[in-house]
Amino acid sequence: MTAPTLGKDLIGLESLSAEQIQLILDTAERFKEVSERPIKKVPALRGKTIVNLFFEASTRTRISFEFAEKRLSADTVNVASAGSSISKGETLVDTARNLEAMRIDMVVIRHGSSGSAEFLAKRIRSNVINAGDGKHEHPTQALLDMLTLRDRFGKIEGLKVAICGDVLHSRVARSNIWGLKKLGAEVAVTGPASLLPRDIEQLGVKVFPRIEDAMQWADALNVLRLQLERMTGGFIPSLREYNRVFGVTRERLEKSGRDLVILHPGPINRGVEIDSDVADGPHSVILPQVTNGVAVRMAVLYLLAGGAPDWQHSGGSE
Amino acid sequence: MPSRSILLDERAFARALTRIASEIVERCQGTGDLVLVGIQRRGVDLAERLAKLVETLDGHPVETAKLDITLYRDDLQAAGARPVLSETDLPDDLDGRTVVIVDDVLHTGRTIRAAMDELADFGRPKRILLCVLVDRGGRELPIQPDIIGVRQATAPDELIAVSVKERDGKDAVELVRGGP
Repeated sequence: MTAPTLGKDLIGLESLSAEQIQLILDTAERFKEVSERPIKKVPALRGKTIVNLFFEASTRTRISFEFAEKRLSADTVNVASAGSSISKGETLVDTARNLEAMRIDMVVIRHGSSGSAEFLAKRIRSNVINAGDGKHEHPTQALLDMLTLRDRFGKIEGLKVAICGDVLHSRVARSNIWGLKKLGAEVAVTGPASLLPRDIEQLGVKVFPRIEDAMQWADALNVLRLQLERMTGGFIPSLREYNRVFGVTRERLEKSGRDLVILHPGPINRGVEIDSDVADGPHSVILPQVTNGVAVRMAVLYLLAGGAPDWQHSGGSE
Repeated sequence: MPSRSILLDERAFARALTRIASEIVERCQGTGDLVLVGIQRRGVDLAERLAKLVETLDGHPVETAKLDITLYRDDLQAAGARPVLSETDLPDDLDGRTVVIVDDVLHTGRTIRAAMDELADFGRPKRILLCVLVDRGGRELPIQPDIIGVRQATAPDELIAVSVKERDGKDAVELVRGGP
């Protein structure tokens, strides 16, 4: 039996098999320990050059990737759209080709347009990792969510996960739905009808119009950030009303009587989709998610550095 | 078809481990600061066994640790499927300790080079010794074992297969000829 490989790029979880997702999670499990070492660094990616190409604001994801890259001994360059030639109108492919001409090995891309990561992956030789493309996918976020769930519950199979809130604008929701279902979890969504994509049931998820019902059903809630920057208006009457009807509040949690695990991809809108005492409380795994994020990204970088799946195994030494 | 001949059967295997254990006790003059670091995967099994034997001989429990050297390999630049990672679990502080690296087979020496580089990132041991069950020759680096179970020079088409009860259901060392 040959070990599964990831191929050249990580664009999304939709195109991965359960075995490939499992491989990433198992590899990430090993990388957790590297961040606990006295010297938090291993030489696995020595000599590789990685460009973090961020066309959208990001703190957590960019820093998490950067830590992962540095802990694997890769050399990294950060390119943000502001202050670069991207702001002069250079196209995505031209930017990437210019970077490739400087002999890079991998590109981590965050972009506001769905499909941009795949578009780039098809046009450059370097490995491409999607760090969030529009409303499409954010695979490493879903992987770290799954690793955190696996830490808590022992396995993903048979787990019931409710994704709450702004599913419409959420690449995190889409990647979670694909990944969780492939590993045998049941997935539901809940939120105002205006923030749930039409025909979402076709992805094989349950829909709960009331968050209270989702809380009765689920083992874990993944509470999405209300993406105010992507809303052109009219989706919700007001933030206060949203919190009153769909907010994950302590009162609602206590009333449910359920011992739910609460995830949130961050950044948190405190008092909107989640209350502070829930986010900081015993049910929350928000900070373990962040810790796991570095391990998951190390795993993805390590596995992709091998290249395409048809390449030969590099053979052992004794 | 590859042919297999037995170098160590179960009883010879046990005698080799007993002898290695007494050499460890002798070489380390008391075992107070000793840690047996097994290289994943069969080195870990052997380190566990040796720790019990050393404890029987010397009367004190001996610490063991696990080391996976994959991330320190010198062939990761090559394209191909990434090797699967196993657990690394080393003591928090290696400074001033006597470390015995335990592995099943010593061949090119590249694994041991990686192991020493990795150990150096965890601390500064007082001394590092190398203990292997089989030395099959073929070194590509200037690395020599301190304690050896059995020496068996191998031809290019020969392999050494070590089986341990914990993993393979039996204790044996076999020479495999004409393998894939």
